[in-house]
Amino acid sequence: MIEGAAWRRWVFYNIPLILFVFVLLFPFYWMIITTFRPDGELYRPWNAPNYMPFWTNHPTLEHIEYLFEETNFARWMLNTMFIAVVSTLISLFCGVLAGYALARLNFPWAGSLGTMIFITYLVPQTLLFIPLAQIIRNFELGDTPWSLILTYPTFLIPFCTWLMMGYFKAIPKELEECARIDGASRWKAMVYIIIPCAVPGILSAGIIAFTLSWNEFIYALVFLSSPDQKTVPVGVTSELIRGDVFFWGPLMAGALLGSIPVAIVYSFFVEHYVSGLTGSVKG
Amino acid sequence: MAVTAVSGVEVRRPVPRLRRLEDERWLALALLVPTAVLLGLFIAYPFFEGVMLSLSSSRVGIPGEFVGLKNFSKIWDDSIFRTAVWNTFWYTGVTTVFKLALGLWLAMLLNRHFKGKALVRAFILLPFIIPTVLSTFAWKWMFDPTFSVINWTLFHLGIITTRINWLGDPDLAMTSIIIVNIWRGVPFFAISLLAGLQTISPELNEAAAIDGARPWNRFWYVTWPLLLPVTMVVMLFSVIQTFADFQLVYVMTGGGPANATQLFATYAYQIGIGTGLLSEGAAISLAMFPFLFIIVVVQLLYIRRVETR
Repeated sequence: MIEGAAWRRWVFYNIPLILFVFVLLFPFYWMIITTFRPDGELYRPWNAPNYMPFWTNHPTLEHIEYLFEETNFARWMLNTMFIAVVSTLISLFCGVLAGYALARLNFPWAGSLGTMIFITYLVPQTLLFIPLAQIIRNFELGDTPWSLILTYPTFLIPFCTWLMMGYFKAIPKELEECARIDGASRWKAMVYIIIPCAVPGILSAGIIAFTLSWNEFIYALVFLSSPDQKTVPVGVTSELIRGDVFFWGPLMAGALLGSIPVAIVYSFFVEHYVSGLTGSVKG
Repeated sequence: MAVTAVSGVEVRRPVPRLRRLEDERWLALALLVPTAVLLGLFIAYPFFEGVMLSLSSSRVGIPGEFVGLKNFSKIWDDSIFRTAVWNTFWYTGVTTVFKLALGLWLAMLLNRHFKGKALVRAFILLPFIIPTVLSTFAWKWMFDPTFSVINWTLFHLGIITTRINWLGDPDLAMTSIIIVNIWRGVPFFAISLLAGLQTISPELNEAAAIDGARPWNRFWYVTWPLLLPVTMVVMLFSVIQTFADFQLVYVMTGGGPANATQLFATYAYQIGIGTGLLSEGAAISLAMFPFLFIIVVVQLLYIRRVETR
């Protein structure tokens, strides 16, 4: 890259980048600092004298304790984890098989089926949540984790299929043909040769599907009603607000702790996440 | 060489050609069944049900009867619905422009070698990874009318003397949710466009520089056209997600004050789930469909044109 003197590098690159990083990360800093700050410090008007909002000298765990003692937060975490893991596994299973069929097998309508998958990929959850709530009720799945485990794949499968199609297309055809010559059936060539080659893609799809199901809100809000069935986003929204009163300490503690599983998974697999994200865009 | 040998062997295999083809079709069918069942049951069927519901007079607990397009004519005359439509377009348009501009800028800033690049890139994606509802609560707390840290900062910098009521004033509320949406979307644009930028050979830019092109011209005539296909796909995803957005607005304002931030999805939720007018709610969310359909078709056609150029 053509860059000039040091001051130019600072003005045109470093300072804007620092500003970007600051703005993008500040809300998380604010989440953390609020979690550990006692109520007495939290609720001071913005124009109170001698008030320093960016640091606390009296860190406290009272908000986290409140979360675990007064609400079902631990239960929400388990619910969300269970729902996210199972719906991710279901979606990976379906998406890998469908992606393989669409990318590597010749059959009539393969092209139009691929387009249909892409179109369902673009259907937002908010388009269908009301009729879906009726259907969930008719199937007697309302207020159970299965209402979400079965509906989350509707937005995860198209995504996984689309991503896996890209990975499968990149694997050379000869690999499969060699296996077939050595006597492997089509099925065995798929399971033992091609799918192992696509493991990085499966990992990427799985991580993104996991974060997407952890993030999902409107289905969980509409399909679940009893406090001990809720997921973290819905539980935090409905149980830590009473009318107009927001319990900001526990709310931020819940937001922080509720983000941690996603952040951990992400931090271990950043490269897979990024390659999956950009792969899904390239299509 | 190896390839021709392989295909030669395959042709000579004693398996009849027809049966093998059939095999492939059956395998494809078997592999697609789980996906087809789940998508059929929870996308195609609800879509059909949604259309039926929007043509009926159903409420919570009352099955209702067929009423034709009455719900649609009712929401057409509903001034709140019209506000929601206008808000949705404004929200989508403004955020998309800013997300593209800022995302592109950030991508260009990241598209060089510097110390800690991998770390910066990993941290930058956090707003996109962390569940939207949870990070939006952090923003709501930052915009709190009495305890806003943003007001505190602006006050101590001497920019304001009275408080700004971020979420209580109709215009400011819209601005606030737009800011949060941009904040959440910029990382996605930046990382995707960065991937696009990295596929552009630096030699092209260098050649243009040697030929005397200024930085702005190098961007406009070299980088931008090559980046256009990726940009269009990123925009397609972003526009649809933003158009159908729910959770961010639900947490920040709930559609208020006085419906100033009401979008399609939040209004459908309020009518369909909040007041229990199921058929009307279904009609409101289905009213998104033609717009989404047009957006998808136009963008896909454009992407095809850009890619085949």
